[in-house]
Amino acid sequence: MNAALAPPPSAPTPSETPTHYLNASYGFRSWLLTLDHKRIALLYLASITLFFFIGGFYAVLVRLELVTPAGDLMSAENYNTAFTLHGVVMIFFFLIPSIPAVLGNFLIPIMIGARDLAFPKLNLLSWYIYMVGGMVAAYALFTGGVDTGWTLYAPYSSTYSNSNVTATAIAAFITGFSSILTGLNFVVTIHKMRAPGLTWFRLPLFVWAHYATSVIQVLGTPVLAITLVLLILERSFGFGFFDPARGGDPVLFQHLFWFYSHPAVYIMILPSMGVISELVTCFSRKKVFGYGFIAMSSVAIAVLGFLVWGHHMFVSGQSVYAGMVFSILSFMVGIPSAIKVFNWTATMYKGSISYSTPMIYAFGFIGLFTIGGLTGLFLANLGLDIHLHDTYFVVAHFHYIMVGGAVMGYLGGIHYWWPKMTGRLYPEGWARFSALVLFVGFNLTFFPQFLLGYMGMPRRYHAYPEEFQVLNVMSSAGASILGVGYLIPMIYLFWSMRYGRLAPENPWGAKGLEWTTPSPPTTFNFDETPVVTEEAYEYVKEEKH
Amino acid sequence: MSDHSSHGSGLAHQFDDLDQQLDATTLGMWLFLAQEIMFFGGLFAAYTIYRNWHPEAFAEASHHLDIKLGGFNTVVLIFSSLTMALGVRAAQMGKNKAVFNYLFATFMLGNVFLVVKAFEYHHKWVEGLIPGPWFRFEGSTDPAVQMFFNLYFAMTGMHALHMIIGGGLLIYFMVQARKNRYHEGYYGPVEIMGLYWHFVDIVWIFLFPLLYLLGLHNS
Repeated sequence: MNAALAPPPSAPTPSETPTHYLNASYGFRSWLLTLDHKRIALLYLASITLFFFIGGFYAVLVRLELVTPAGDLMSAENYNTAFTLHGVVMIFFFLIPSIPAVLGNFLIPIMIGARDLAFPKLNLLSWYIYMVGGMVAAYALFTGGVDTGWTLYAPYSSTYSNSNVTATAIAAFITGFSSILTGLNFVVTIHKMRAPGLTWFRLPLFVWAHYATSVIQVLGTPVLAITLVLLILERSFGFGFFDPARGGDPVLFQHLFWFYSHPAVYIMILPSMGVISELVTCFSRKKVFGYGFIAMSSVAIAVLGFLVWGHHMFVSGQSVYAGMVFSILSFMVGIPSAIKVFNWTATMYKGSISYSTPMIYAFGFIGLFTIGGLTGLFLANLGLDIHLHDTYFVVAHFHYIMVGGAVMGYLGGIHYWWPKMTGRLYPEGWARFSALVLFVGFNLTFFPQFLLGYMGMPRRYHAYPEEFQVLNVMSSAGASILGVGYLIPMIYLFWSMRYGRLAPENPWGAKGLEWTTPSPPTTFNFDETPVVTEEAYEYVKEEKH
Repeated sequence: MSDHSSHGSGLAHQFDDLDQQLDATTLGMWLFLAQEIMFFGGLFAAYTIYRNWHPEAFAEASHHLDIKLGGFNTVVLIFSSLTMALGVRAAQMGKNKAVFNYLFATFMLGNVFLVVKAFEYHHKWVEGLIPGPWFRFEGSTDPAVQMFFNLYFAMTGMHALHMIIGGGLLIYFMVQARKNRYHEGYYGPVEIMGLYWHFVDIVWIFLFPLLYLLGLHNS
């Protein structure tokens, strides 16, 4: 079947549509039983988009409640449920799988010149595991939800909460295995499936970032899994692992929980950094500055990320000396993160920059991630954290990382590779407009929260003193702009799948093996295994004198 | 989409040759075992902390475990590792009948372990040592005694679950051996099954002294 393919024309016309992975076969079975990494990526794209809007719905409820100082829209219990479900759905069902399972799944085999991932059946299985976890989460959601906060801290979760803690824990447990198997698949693929000539230091930085992410997924997620098992045993069978009355300690839950959940932040941000490395170098038409440093900083973030979990527990009764070590190690994560930002900036320096949509997202990422990262240093400071702990400052900080960073990178990547994934171009004008709307909406939503937190507004309350109202109204207004910014791409990307202009093989003039395949690629990506003879990002700058 | 795997050789379409396939699946299993180590690691971390806080209560509780049954099970599992290793060797030489026999022996030894474990659990049930509202313990009133049994049931329970999964996998590989699937070039699946089985055995090798042999020199 492969050999019968004619060499694809660079700009396909409707009259001679070549066979590609989307039209190779039709029907539900061909999608639900597919072993093609590109189709599985699209299955993930559809499912995480669904969860994104569910999580977004709860964000709307939270912001609506906070428009007025009084707790008038929802009861305190319902508000607890709303912000908990927002967190659980967005983290476990959107952010963790977002870039790895969609873009990573689609691109890693193509970027390294392979026909598929090392374990295609495992890849499909991980999507099914994700969906089963998602259905258990939906069950928890429709039968009363859960009100413990996404952190599920004991003893509230283990003893006192009357909401659906067990079902939520089971959902997160199941979904975790989807993440583990995806990471395992990527590590093996990157080790064993690279095309001839594609040495480690010729890999695209996107692949390096995913390698680091995958290591965290494989080594971190099982710790969350066992923690949730212990929680379920305590809640359902009366094993008092975290109950002081029975010899247990609730702080152990926090240690185990954050041992995964802090590295989980790097599962969200590292793939996004990989995307940004691709975008910045492509749209600057310049070889990336300091390739080795960017690649190794991903690895450094993954390693250091495992050693900083205690900075969530400065006020949990952890020893002061442990706190000092965790504080210093947390500051050290700033080094590889800053290396990346400086190197992207240096890549742009004297580059031939174009302001295409993906590059606008990359600019947005760099600015917002820098703010998010620097405010993280405030929180890593032992003394300052006592003032800022559990305030809106923390909420603003991690939204700058997770939304300003991870989601901006995700959308930038979706735009950049959309022509490759669908074979269609999106409307550039609308895309640039919505990127700007998102940037404005995001900052209006979350910057006031830094001020609120600094002034002392705690997180997770449905009512607040009147002097905080102006900033809260600004934040809610920003959230509505942000919502519009998400809806516009949703509409035009969907539209472009049918009506967009046909995409050529390489619409951006970008480097990388994925741009040597037709848009969209064929089922097995390459007719012949490519041979790589040059370094990554050998862009030739257009001379301007 | 046609299936490119040719069942005769056992080579899947995404790989260039059997060597690459064996390398990739072996690395995949090692990564899976790394994941397993982290999974059990959470339990071992909890055990280490609580035992350090309550050494006497843990030692006293430990005396209620049956060392003879635990020791017998340890020997059973070590033998099952031997038969598993012989099964892998047979697969490498393409002797499918021997593969079947060795895997069957491994499977039966695994079942002996689980049956003995079930008897131990039953004893604990009768003695009221199941944690929870019905827990009763004669002797120390230290609440950490119950914590020992929390950990005992969580750790051995998770281990037993892995044994049961391993047993299911062994049945699958026995069927494959009956179909004469394995030959000198294609034995990888049996080998990585072996890695999994040895891992589960090693977990028990750690569990046995940590749970059964506490504070014996004092008694």
